[in-house]
Amino acid sequence: MSALAERSILEGRAGPAGRLSDFFWRNPKILLLLMLTPPLLWLGVIYLGSLFALLLQSFFSIDDFSGLINYEFTLSTYRQLLIPSNFDIILRTVVMAALVTLASAAIAFPIAYYAARYARGKWKVVFYLGVMLPLWSSYLVKVYAWKLILAKEGIVTWALAKLHLLWLLDAWLSLPVVGGNSLSISYTGTFIVFIYVWMPFMILPIQAALERVPGNLIEASADLGGNPAQTFRHVIFPLALPGIIAGSIFTFSLTLGDYIIPQIIGSSRLFIGQAVYAQQGTAGNIPLAAAFTVVPIVIMGLYLWMAKRQGAFDAL
Amino acid sequence: MTAVLFQQVSRHFGAVRAVDDVDLAIAEGEFFAMLGPSGSGKTTCLRLMAGFEQPTAGHIEIFGETAEGVPPYRRNVNTVFQDYALFPHLSILENVAYGLMVKGVARAERLKAAEEALAMVKLPGYGARRPGQLSGGQRQRVALARALVNRPRVLLLDEPLGALDLKLREQMQEELKSLQKSLGITFVFVTHDQGEALSMADRIAVFNDGKIQQLGTPEEVYKRPKTRFVADFVGSSNVLTPDFAASLGFPRTYASLRPEAIALGDGPGRKRFTGTVAAASFLGAATRVTVEAAGNRIAAMLPAAAGVPAPGEAVTLSFLPEDLHPMDGEQ
Repeated sequence: MSALAERSILEGRAGPAGRLSDFFWRNPKILLLLMLTPPLLWLGVIYLGSLFALLLQSFFSIDDFSGLINYEFTLSTYRQLLIPSNFDIILRTVVMAALVTLASAAIAFPIAYYAARYARGKWKVVFYLGVMLPLWSSYLVKVYAWKLILAKEGIVTWALAKLHLLWLLDAWLSLPVVGGNSLSISYTGTFIVFIYVWMPFMILPIQAALERVPGNLIEASADLGGNPAQTFRHVIFPLALPGIIAGSIFTFSLTLGDYIIPQIIGSSRLFIGQAVYAQQGTAGNIPLAAAFTVVPIVIMGLYLWMAKRQGAFDAL
Repeated sequence: MTAVLFQQVSRHFGAVRAVDDVDLAIAEGEFFAMLGPSGSGKTTCLRLMAGFEQPTAGHIEIFGETAEGVPPYRRNVNTVFQDYALFPHLSILENVAYGLMVKGVARAERLKAAEEALAMVKLPGYGARRPGQLSGGQRQRVALARALVNRPRVLLLDEPLGALDLKLREQMQEELKSLQKSLGITFVFVTHDQGEALSMADRIAVFNDGKIQQLGTPEEVYKRPKTRFVADFVGSSNVLTPDFAASLGFPRTYASLRPEAIALGDGPGRKRFTGTVAAASFLGAATRVTVEAAGNRIAAMLPAAAGVPAPGEAVTLSFLPEDLHPMDGEQ
């Protein structure tokens, strides 16, 4: 037997590293504090600090004649949000975000359900690759690619012409609001591209939620007499709801804030993100830009509050 | 009347024959146990009855009606799942009322029925809680109430007591048995615990490798195991080699001999053999002695009063000839 094995308390490791290990072992909270301080400083000062500065800006106003910021607290900037041209921007953005969210959830759910319940082994890899792959390429490239796809000379028009269905596209484009000269400069085009770009953010949380639903709950529902529709309504959907809400937080808030997609694809009418961009840039109206920025934050707060009241997080 | 009938039923998963050519008939009002090690096909049989699996071949009837192709939700059969499968997002009362809800029973009526079912399993007033707030034993009772509130014609129980500790398990065994007697519902019970099967069931089917090895009353299965597998798995019968059985004047086949049938010493009309004590363990009311005799390790259960031989001692043991049962020695 070696000398080492005969000791009941082993010699400490030599050097400052050994003493440091012992120290942290005795005081784990100090180690935690050391590890958390840098990210908390970042989060507290840089992130929350700038957000707070932004909120502060929204309570200032701009002097119409000089164009200078008047550093007195006022709600007049918020009042400006309610004038029709600004309120239209908010309404347009919120309606678009809501529609994108609903459509994304409807498209994502069957895919997520397949991935969670049926895909095994190789097919699971195919699923993850298929969902994640678009996220690995540049967002701008994807949006410009969609511009080409949806353009009047693009592949969608071409394919529909070959199928003798061009009349369908023309009928759709002649509709008010959703229509336009071509898909790439209509709200329909904006809507399609929003759905495409945010889809992974909806699929993955729903898939994760469904993955956690034990298969025997579905069997139990069937065993107790629930047909597939009832099982979906009373068991699968309520248990997937936290995932749907998580996904909708992504699609809804990302649509509320995005300014590139509506800039490249869509009509010339502004969304909130574009309004913020224009106000803080060319117009130099930082207070109004800040007030516009507060709108999505308030809407998301209301949305989460309602979701909580509806019991969306009860199954967590 | 026959509650559940299997005619040459097989269920194969690829090359695996989970259930292989099984015939069985479960009578109405019977407490029927399906006993076997894991992977023996007993749970697949239960799932075939519930409708979660469809047979690869063969015919299944439930109360005289063909069950193949009938989905679980159209079978008047309910299951108590192994890990209970309570809905985590519903209260206990809503869980119990679930079956009635999907059948369209009015709210007030189904909640009243659920309350009564909870009272029947001795959990009155627990309706407002969530499954996560209950202990394993309580959840087990809720699962039972949730199934029974539908008044099924057959109740399927998939190792329902497996997750409970010994004391609770024994208590639930008695309760299940008396519940079954008072309700008169056919119970089909899957377990890998032979003690549970022996103490509760009217009849037992012993499964191995997707086949039924023996089907009979607990006493038959225990006293006269048909195969070496049954002898090994049910209770703790000694399996004597053909040579040893022949040396004692029996036919040259494998034979079973229960430890309780063996006594120390000799007597009139008894068969005797000698051996060396290999081990002895004290079990309270009796001492279990393992004896080496002609290459066989034979366990004997000796009463505590008998004076226990020490390991290494040579002993003479004997038994009555009718206690030795020849069997198919295919293993």
